[in-house]
Amino acid sequence: MRFISKYRRHRFAGPLLLLGALLFAGLTYSAAQAVTEQATLSQSDKATLIAEGKEIFARGCSSCHGLNAEGAGVGPSLIGVGAASVDFQVATGRMPVADMSQQIARKEPVYNDQEVAALAAYVASLAPGPAAVTNEELAWERDGNMAQGGELFRNNCAMCHNLAGQGGALTQGKYAPTVMGVEVKHIYEAMITGPQAMPVFSETILTPQEKLSVIKWIKHAETEPQLGGAALGRVGPVTEGLVGWVLGLGLLIGVAVWLTAKAR
Amino acid sequence: MSARERVAGQVANYVDERTGSAKWLKKTLTKVFPDHWSFMLGEIVLYSFIILLLSGTFLTFWYDPSMREVEYEGSYQPLSGLKMSAAYASSLHISFDVRGGLLMRQIHHWAALIFMAAMVAHLMRVFFTGAFRKPREFNWIIGVGLLTLGIVEGFLGYSLPDDLLSGTGIRIAEAIIQAIPVVGSYLSFFIFGGAFPGEMFIQRIYVVHILLLPGIFLALITVHLMLVWYQKHTQYPGPGRTEKNVVGYPLMPTYMAKAGGFFFIVFGVTAFLGAVASINPIWIYGPYNPGQIGAGSQPDWYMGWLDGLVRMAPPLEAYIFGYTLSLNILIPGLIIPGIIFTGMALYPFIESWITGDKREHHLLDRPRNAPNRTALGAMSITFMLVTLINGGNDLLATHFDLSINQIMWFSRIGVIVLPPLAFVITKRICLSLQRADRELVLHGKETGRLVMLPHGEFIEVHEPLTPEKAYLLTQHEQLPALEANLSNEYGVRNPKAIRSKIRSRLSRSQAEQIAKPTANDVKELEGGHH
Repeated sequence: MRFISKYRRHRFAGPLLLLGALLFAGLTYSAAQAVTEQATLSQSDKATLIAEGKEIFARGCSSCHGLNAEGAGVGPSLIGVGAASVDFQVATGRMPVADMSQQIARKEPVYNDQEVAALAAYVASLAPGPAAVTNEELAWERDGNMAQGGELFRNNCAMCHNLAGQGGALTQGKYAPTVMGVEVKHIYEAMITGPQAMPVFSETILTPQEKLSVIKWIKHAETEPQLGGAALGRVGPVTEGLVGWVLGLGLLIGVAVWLTAKAR
Repeated sequence: MSARERVAGQVANYVDERTGSAKWLKKTLTKVFPDHWSFMLGEIVLYSFIILLLSGTFLTFWYDPSMREVEYEGSYQPLSGLKMSAAYASSLHISFDVRGGLLMRQIHHWAALIFMAAMVAHLMRVFFTGAFRKPREFNWIIGVGLLTLGIVEGFLGYSLPDDLLSGTGIRIAEAIIQAIPVVGSYLSFFIFGGAFPGEMFIQRIYVVHILLLPGIFLALITVHLMLVWYQKHTQYPGPGRTEKNVVGYPLMPTYMAKAGGFFFIVFGVTAFLGAVASINPIWIYGPYNPGQIGAGSQPDWYMGWLDGLVRMAPPLEAYIFGYTLSLNILIPGLIIPGIIFTGMALYPFIESWITGDKREHHLLDRPRNAPNRTALGAMSITFMLVTLINGGNDLLATHFDLSINQIMWFSRIGVIVLPPLAFVITKRICLSLQRADRELVLHGKETGRLVMLPHGEFIEVHEPLTPEKAYLLTQHEQLPALEANLSNEYGVRNPKAIRSKIRSRLSRSQAEQIAKPTANDVKELEGGHH
């Protein structure tokens, strides 16, 4: 204890104590973050998919969307939204919604693939709508054109999703989420169903081939090596300015202090 | 005398006989400069400027300042075959196909950010220590000019690659130009050679960026430094330092070594950033196309406050004689910055008018001893920070789960409420620090050692200050407030009575200080309980 009391009036004691306290608080917080568990259910027969979907729907969705998906109060009618919409909303975890805030956020999905397929089949059986896309339709590596995709992305997507696809702010706390790390199928479904604030990109606006080009560009941007060094969050001049001040000028001021320090 | 010394002597003699340089050099090389880290901030600006000249020259070897449309055939695949301007294509060429090109581009851009940041830090040092007072008002004005030109120069440089992000910035600049009443639309036509974007502006801003402004910079920096040389450097107060001397080290060898070494350190830090951290990745943004826009488009930080002001402006428009006056752009984009920079340039004169102090000052103020000035500085910084925050409102919204509208309203209210609040708080802190200084001089330093006296009383032992420290804490002068001169001795009303009244009111606020301890105070205490 003598060691501590000896240094308690040292001029670095205050800053160091603060740093230690901040570290402690930060570590405790991150350790306390609960890890959500994924529920798994047994396989079910494909023939009874719709029936199974109806059952899941009645259990997990009907309180908002109505017993027959006709919509009730908070939840809109799902008749005619199609399998693609269900797949996008449920498989990205947006549905069922956890809290009704400005925007329904992506989260860990509640239902597994089998259950999502069942729900999609059930909703699709109510009325025709955009069908779930098959892998055959998603041959983006073969059919997409990257340069064209980049141009289309800048024309149609960047005004909300940012030039680098990092996402952007909309009004009143709504936002366009990042397109980085999103499954190909879900990007495609988002374009054809227009979830939340996003418009629908019909085939007259973006042909299926053009959609694949956009996907190809996004997938490239996602995996492109960080040319030029650390990406700094890919959000442009804001972080660059911060680094310039803190790291650039900070280092130089440190050196200036060192250069003018009196020899002890 | 060794052979080497003899040869060196002969060479020096040869040069001196022809140029008479020995006398001048002797005087110059022994010139004394004071030593403090904050005096090196200006050096960082100068050195980054040299780095900018060097790296910029490298970039001009390959950059093609032309808006001619070309098809990209370089090695960056995601843009392959796209139509773009030659300017953008050559910027990509520098980034991907010129050896060391990307590094140089990044060094150039980082150096520009550090150039501006160091300039602002230097400005703050000069302001808070009162180094702008007589006889240095001209140098202050030159500094304000350099800062303004630096913002323009940086903005033009940011626009040269002609990528989608920079083109967006140019488009906003066009909007601000058009908002100028009467001549705005004509000015815009002249600048862009027709309707935006036209085919001219890259060539034009290129010439301004690499020739005109650097030339003006060189001239202004030279005058700035010559004035520093001629007027001698200011110094912090301390024992042995007066208004008539400069305490420090000679140029040769101390500052030759320090400054020379510091240049390489600045270059090193800039090159390090250029090597490890990506800046302005134009290939991600794509070529400029007026029909496209990206969410989260931002200017570089030194323009961010201006962007923030424009973003927070309420949608005001006036219609006069059938013409639209875009007050929503005019006020934040031109009028407020105009007031800020004019006020900044005039500040030395305003302060000396308020204090009535027309004497020369070579000793710097400790910021706490000029509470009003320090508070005004804190107020300005607060204003800039609020506007800067609003300039990045979209990124703050997405990264901190906030509503962009809330941030905007916070800024709209904050930009009016927070600066005066910062003024009051800072002034109080300054006065508290003065009070603490007074305590320290009168009662010495608390040692944390508790002593029990024979009769049981506990006292904390106070250690008296060293005379040097006590001098530092009491050397400043405290000017009395100016009285209002309302009428002369015959009772005739002063025609400038209102002006005098305003001045006296400001002066009283300026003179609000905690009385520093006098020699008598100290003596009295020493005679007392100690």
